[in-house]
Amino acid sequence: MSKKTLIPIGPYHPLQEEPELFKLYCDGEIVKDIKWETGYNHRGIEKLSESKTYEQIFFLVERICGICSTSHPFAFANAVEEIAGIEVTDRTKYIRSIIGELERIHSHLLWVGLAGHFLGYNTVFMWAWKYREPVLDLFEMISGNRNSYAMFKVGGVRRDIEMAKIPVIQKVLDDLKKKADMLTGAVMDDPVIHARIRGVGILTKQDIIDYGAVGPTARASGVAIDVRKDDPYAAYPLVNWKVITAQAGDVFAKAEVRLLEIHESISIIEQCLDGLKKEKEGDIAVKVKEIPEGIGIGRAEAPRGEVFHFVKSDGSNSPVRHKIRAPSYVNIATFKKSCIGQTIADATISLAAVDPCYCCTERMAVAYDLNSGDKIMNANELINVSVRKTNEIRKEIKSQL
Amino acid sequence: MNTELIIEKFKENFNSDILEITVKNYKRVTITIRPASIINVAGYLYKTTGFRFIIASALQTKKGFEIHYHFSKDTIGLVLNIHVFLDKDNPQIESLSNMFNASNWIEREIHELFGINFLNHPNQEKLISEGNWAEGFYPMRKEFK
Repeated sequence: MSKKTLIPIGPYHPLQEEPELFKLYCDGEIVKDIKWETGYNHRGIEKLSESKTYEQIFFLVERICGICSTSHPFAFANAVEEIAGIEVTDRTKYIRSIIGELERIHSHLLWVGLAGHFLGYNTVFMWAWKYREPVLDLFEMISGNRNSYAMFKVGGVRRDIEMAKIPVIQKVLDDLKKKADMLTGAVMDDPVIHARIRGVGILTKQDIIDYGAVGPTARASGVAIDVRKDDPYAAYPLVNWKVITAQAGDVFAKAEVRLLEIHESISIIEQCLDGLKKEKEGDIAVKVKEIPEGIGIGRAEAPRGEVFHFVKSDGSNSPVRHKIRAPSYVNIATFKKSCIGQTIADATISLAAVDPCYCCTERMAVAYDLNSGDKIMNANELINVSVRKTNEIRKEIKSQL
Repeated sequence: MNTELIIEKFKENFNSDILEITVKNYKRVTITIRPASIINVAGYLYKTTGFRFIIASALQTKKGFEIHYHFSKDTIGLVLNIHVFLDKDNPQIESLSNMFNASNWIEREIHELFGINFLNHPNQEKLISEGNWAEGFYPMRKEFK
């Protein structure tokens, strides 16, 4: 039997949406198998939800994910409004979509930055996170919080976007447009990035269908699924936009989809702002009497893919069952396809390509040789392996030029 | 293919297995079936009709256990719930994980939280609480008085 080395990635970071431990079993430099352990920070949110009222659950589900904190309240609002048959006002729809798309922009920028960091492009990391900052400032202006915005409630939103705030948002978007153009060009035209992530971590169309993967992970493999288009909610049917897809299924395709989606999101927000100008200020919620008995399904397209909420109500003020499925739950399982057979250096970026809130890598546990128990690699060393590979490619390409 | 046609075709294929059909609107349909036919129904939806498996939701009521299998037809935005009632004392149903990997984790999770047994599951180990919780203790089970 050949000797395999175990490299654990994870498990624990209290700020991370899905604390998990990935165990890469490697033979030399090649990843032979991958296993995972979940539940390090199981918070029992589905069970907790049964003891909260519908109004309280919004604050609870908002804390499922720190980065896409509005997508869960979004899906939950859709589910509850479906049970109660509530039609929200157009102004509410626009505000909800603006929040959802601002979140997509900041989440995708965050991913681009992290991916750059893993590849040894710390300039990309600095740029992307710098451009993300004004978006978070917008959230602070609109909702009072840079994160966990508490904007949603059954039948509406909690805060209005007043006329005076629209030019401020527009200004940030105008600046962001130029920067997103520059960033997209810098990433897509760089020969080193091409050499580094093209053909790495490929997921075929069949893999996507088999694992039920969603979001940019699926769209990068040519599966054009997007809840905003397929099962339109909020203001998405009221504006013009297109679903971004790529065919290759590799890490580059995933980066391409995310970068281009930033541009789409900016366009959606601009159209929503125009819509907002036509609606009466303050008309942001409808009266909700009670939630009747029944089941409701709420879907929302988070930056990472479809968020799914199933709510069963018995007519009281809290649900009897609330099932939540976050997109990473199905996307992470695709690692079995994308990582096996690759080198460790490529596995780092293949894992990151799904955007599983990868801050855990920063705190990666120390690895031990399975047989000898010797220390082998820590977090920084694993990133360094990836960076070294990029540097080698950089040299090679330079020598060719 | 629209929702009406999908329901018609479904009725033709599984007439004797259907217990109830609830059409809330053309995007939300719930079909209650006999648990024994789950493999055939899921196979028909996944392979023949091109549905995507989203997730399954288990729940417990006074009468016993229920599972909602959520399937999505993305081209028309339809979410089709395949709903089964399971036995109170010995809840078990055939696993779908040999057909598609999408159900692998959720079946492990339901087994762990509700104690519902998935027959022929390739790897029905604990997903969330490996090494942490007592055997035979199912955290999401309720006791009804």
